[in-house]
Amino acid sequence: MTITEDRPDTAAPDAEIGKARRRKEDQRLITGRTRWTDNLTVPGMLHLAMVRSPFAHANITSINTDEAKAASGVIDVITGEDIKDVQGVNANAWPITTDQVTPTHLPVAVSRVACAGEIVAVVVARTPAEARDAAELVDVDYEELPAVLDLKEAAADTVIAHPDLGTNKCAFWKLDSAEQGSGGDVEAAIAKARTDGIVIEREYRQQRLIPAFMEPRSVLVDPTGEQMIVWSSTQVPHILRFLIAATMGIPESKIRVIAPDVGGGFGGKLQTTPEEFATIAISRRLGKPCKYTETRSESLLSGHHGRDQWQKLTLSAEKDGTVTGLKVDLLADMGAYVAIVGGGVPVLGAWMFNSIYKFPAYQFNCQTVLTNKTWVDAYRGAGRPEATFAIERIMDELAAELGRDPIEVREQNWITHEEFPFTTVAGMTYDSGNYEAATAKAKELFGYDELRAEQQQRRDSHDPVQLGIGVSTFTEMCGLAPSRILGQLNYGAGGWEHASIRMLATGKVEVLTGSSAHGQGHETAWSQIVADRLGVAFEDVEVLHGDTQIAHRGMDTYGSRSLVVGGEAVVRAADKVIAKAKVFAAHLLEASEDDLEFKAGRFEVKGTDKGLAIGEVALAAFAGHNLPDGAEPSIDADATYDPVNFSFPHGTHLCAMEVDTETGATTMRKYVCVDDIGTIINPLIVEGQIHGGLVQGIAQALWEGAEYDENGTLVTGSFVDYTLPTAADTINYVSDHTVSPSTTNTLGTKGVGEAGTIASTPAVVNAIVDAIRSFGVNDVLMPCTPERVWKAILTGSAKPAEGEREAAPHFDDGAPNQDNPDTSASTQGGAQ
Amino acid sequence: MIPATFDYLAPTSVADAIAALEEHGDEAKVLAGGQSLLPILRMRLNAPGVVIDLGKISELQGVTEDGDDLVIGAMTTYFDVLASDAVSTHAALLNKAIATVADPQIRHRGTIGGALVHADPAGDVGAPALALGASFVIAGPGGATRTVAADDFFEDLFQTAVGEGELLTQIRVPKHTGWGAHYEKFVRVSHQWSIVGIAATVRSEGGAIAEARVGLTNMGSTPLRAKAVEEALVGQPATDEAVRAAVAQVADGTNPPSDLNGDSDYRKHLATVLTRRAVLAAAGA
Amino acid sequence: MTRITVNVDGTKYSDEVEPRTLLVQYLRESLGKTGTVIGCDTSNCGACTVHLDGTSVKSCNMLAVQADGHEVTTIEGLAKNGELHPLQTAFHECHALQCGYCTPGMIMQSCDLLKNNPDPSEQEIREGLEGNLCRCTGYQNIVKAVQQAARQGKESGQQSGQGDADGNPVDLNEAEQTVGATS
Repeated sequence: MTITEDRPDTAAPDAEIGKARRRKEDQRLITGRTRWTDNLTVPGMLHLAMVRSPFAHANITSINTDEAKAASGVIDVITGEDIKDVQGVNANAWPITTDQVTPTHLPVAVSRVACAGEIVAVVVARTPAEARDAAELVDVDYEELPAVLDLKEAAADTVIAHPDLGTNKCAFWKLDSAEQGSGGDVEAAIAKARTDGIVIEREYRQQRLIPAFMEPRSVLVDPTGEQMIVWSSTQVPHILRFLIAATMGIPESKIRVIAPDVGGGFGGKLQTTPEEFATIAISRRLGKPCKYTETRSESLLSGHHGRDQWQKLTLSAEKDGTVTGLKVDLLADMGAYVAIVGGGVPVLGAWMFNSIYKFPAYQFNCQTVLTNKTWVDAYRGAGRPEATFAIERIMDELAAELGRDPIEVREQNWITHEEFPFTTVAGMTYDSGNYEAATAKAKELFGYDELRAEQQQRRDSHDPVQLGIGVSTFTEMCGLAPSRILGQLNYGAGGWEHASIRMLATGKVEVLTGSSAHGQGHETAWSQIVADRLGVAFEDVEVLHGDTQIAHRGMDTYGSRSLVVGGEAVVRAADKVIAKAKVFAAHLLEASEDDLEFKAGRFEVKGTDKGLAIGEVALAAFAGHNLPDGAEPSIDADATYDPVNFSFPHGTHLCAMEVDTETGATTMRKYVCVDDIGTIINPLIVEGQIHGGLVQGIAQALWEGAEYDENGTLVTGSFVDYTLPTAADTINYVSDHTVSPSTTNTLGTKGVGEAGTIASTPAVVNAIVDAIRSFGVNDVLMPCTPERVWKAILTGSAKPAEGEREAAPHFDDGAPNQDNPDTSASTQGGAQ
Repeated sequence: MIPATFDYLAPTSVADAIAALEEHGDEAKVLAGGQSLLPILRMRLNAPGVVIDLGKISELQGVTEDGDDLVIGAMTTYFDVLASDAVSTHAALLNKAIATVADPQIRHRGTIGGALVHADPAGDVGAPALALGASFVIAGPGGATRTVAADDFFEDLFQTAVGEGELLTQIRVPKHTGWGAHYEKFVRVSHQWSIVGIAATVRSEGGAIAEARVGLTNMGSTPLRAKAVEEALVGQPATDEAVRAAVAQVADGTNPPSDLNGDSDYRKHLATVLTRRAVLAAAGA
Repeated sequence: MTRITVNVDGTKYSDEVEPRTLLVQYLRESLGKTGTVIGCDTSNCGACTVHLDGTSVKSCNMLAVQADGHEVTTIEGLAKNGELHPLQTAFHECHALQCGYCTPGMIMQSCDLLKNNPDPSEQEIREGLEGNLCRCTGYQNIVKAVQQAARQGKESGQQSGQGDADGNPVDLNEAEQTVGATS
């Protein structure tokens, strides 16, 4: 399979932007000299081990720590009771309604646990091994309480996850296009379609997922200096610092948070965690540096999970396929506690279910619900994959109902490129896009018509291996987020980003960004942006981040915001540097500012050969010998950028899946995506983001799902059962781009971090359903395991022609096949 | 996560290992390749007082030929079994099955004997060993050895004929020279344990199946051998239709587990489909 | 405690270790070889992959005492005399890493793969890496990097991935220009 390497030539030949620069970050990563938090040591450092609840819901009746305290190397064993006044609280930053029911989430439980994995005691010891040994000796008595595990049952309030709250219903959030004046009345549209049109009603399940970043989380706290230093494997050093100050009573000025090299996050590390808060409280209590590093099992159990929704959709359309209304009813599991974004995650879907289609009427209802399971928060895409999945699935159902090609039906209903900017029925204004162009390119790369022909041929010949084609024409909202909108939504913080540029005397440049990377390649991409903007060499730019003492202002990295918001802040800081430098340059060149032109890093006096490089101006500022009267001797600059709108990447993803109808096994045959992410800074990094995003989205469709047993124990608690795909399970993807630059930022970028994940899941499931629709199948629950696919075929409403389903079971009609295994060895059965 | 503390012994002979087993009894756990044991110790699902490492007993390693048998030392790694020309030539089924075990790193350390004694029903070595009619040489106290036939080796979930104070030392595999072989492993992701695995090896004569051996992985608490299917295959042409009919009852009498990967009935269904495919592939059809 | 003598990345170490110490813990905690990392507790992820006497093993899945008398090579011993191993270069060149956590294990396993099969097909590469999980890259560029290193090993008339740095290092600037021309 070929990998499409053609990329648009949007940049000047010598421009850094658009160049496939190899990453600056790689050297230490490929040689093993990385600063993961768990690699760090501080003299006198102690190690923590957590004692966690095995029960989903229980009162803690007693904790006996005597034996553990007496064990070798144990400094202390600390319970929630010991630190209840100083441990702070794990806060929800986005109460989606003013009356949201929000249980208090203590880092170390004091009297009751509400999910398995909650911390009930912490052992502090000389070595990690001694801490773990002693943790086994802590004797906790529990009084088990009824646990509510199923989302729909929780919504019925028969068993209550937090009895003191009296209800599991956390918050209800609604968007109605008629009420807010952005569209018509959806009930009227549906009623009309029931008598004179088409109504499609479906319920989809977004299974619970686990982010499963590769680096288990780790936190090291040194409380002994003037500023307490917290090293943490986090996506959000700035937010963590703020919340430590806000909930633990420590002055913000006394806290320094460092996110050293961080091994992936995907939303899973945007939490402020019980483990962080417990480690801080305990290291302060003991006055000693303490480190805690989780095991993979702990990570899967106690790090927040993602998705977990039931989605009811009602779509109305005219008989010709023109959509007239969309109503969405969501049930969203918050788990046992409302996490930092919490209910905000499903609510982000409110503006995305309508997607690229011109629904005249729309309603979105979201009920968030508490259960006795691990808390749920952002996972790559956060709210948008869920919405995209449902709308792209139901658009296929509409096409099937009409008996038409799914792309054709989409095209009939999508916003055409002439219609931008376009204000949607949800109230968002999409600035740019060209769905026709992306789709045309994708179809060509995919060989759409040929694959359709092959599909028909396989159907006609009753091939046991059927072929399906899945379409996903998605959009998403990136660049979180305009602070004013966040304020209207009751979010606890702004959505701006900060950058500083330091012009060093030797002509080198330091760029400080508040957007803290964990694999995305900010150091490289920001260098390219600054190199172009200031006309300096790529190698001369140093990007610093992830330390609140260095990059003191920031809103961190999530929601595909870094480039769109953080990159724009860098651009604006650079422009301020140029403006400051221009004043100095004019003075030094004895010219009027109006006569100066800044080009390729030099201020030149128009029409002369006189000029100064920006580095020379930086040196003059450093010396300060000859500056305009009263001028401050610096050309450094800061910028804080608050976006005015979101950005809206889009794309067309096409997936071909082969389904072995005898076993239900699925095999990906081909995957093509054409994404419009606006201007591309570094095509290599973009490709990498797309590939990784695709596999995470495909993994939701095919492989991953967090499953609990009836006691509330996570049964997919290790990588044996939480089945991440490997290189052997995946293929090469064909990715390409169309470019319609965003109009909401200077660079025209839109964001790419989540696109692959958002788009791919419905493309895969649509392909599987398409392959077996002739068996009367119109849905398969995710992950689409072979068993589920096979059972869907078996129970599909359409009974295939004779001879088509040779794989029909023969073992349940009175066959002598249910023998006790103990006796089977000597029976007449086939197996011995 | 780190295992609980234990004492460590690394005997250099089978006799010393048996003596150590006798001395420590229940407290002891034998460490072969360790690829299943180490995760168990790390998760603290087991906390033996003594670990007896067989890694330094060279007499337990290697593949030799002894007349009509291949003799495989219990501590021979998967990797070394795969590299053995004798195994590829005379017991191709074993080679094919072992090639699917876990991943290369695990195959470098994991041993055939360790896997057989661990007796995980989802492991891929038991079914081919059973199908090939292997016998198992077990050493006991006082230099005693006994040989157990394949049909008697696997007793139950994680339980074999190797008793307390005993060690599996050799696996003797009757040569199946010239037999076609195929191991059909069904998984959702490649590094998974088998959901179902079918080990089939076939001797063809004049376009028909002259003899067949079929073993089933994860279709019950132990590996199983489908003797009725083997008999039904004799004399059949290697055609889809004929093999389909011959293997139709392969799941009868089995009691496979139900889990996230599939329920018992689904596994039974898989076994019928996969056995047909495995036999046809083994017959070169 | 048990005394072990191990040669790691060309240096001999003789230490007392608790028998329960995992090889990866010995490497990280006793020798400061933190380039080798721990990603799971069930031997699925392969992040801890090192070479034991030249073949790849998961260092979280064996005891330090089992390495007694053996040679271990970690990611930190792969580059020789300041020159990156061809696979390290290829991973950089092909953007085969993002967060980089899986990278040491991925590179060590790729080395082993090319040692056993200097000219692997795409499928052979994918299967050869099935014991190593990556959550960032979707594997495509990792496969590409291994292909590049294999190609280079062939062109230079040497097998890359021998566990040493015999392959010719790539001229980064030249390679960058080549790729830049097709992008």
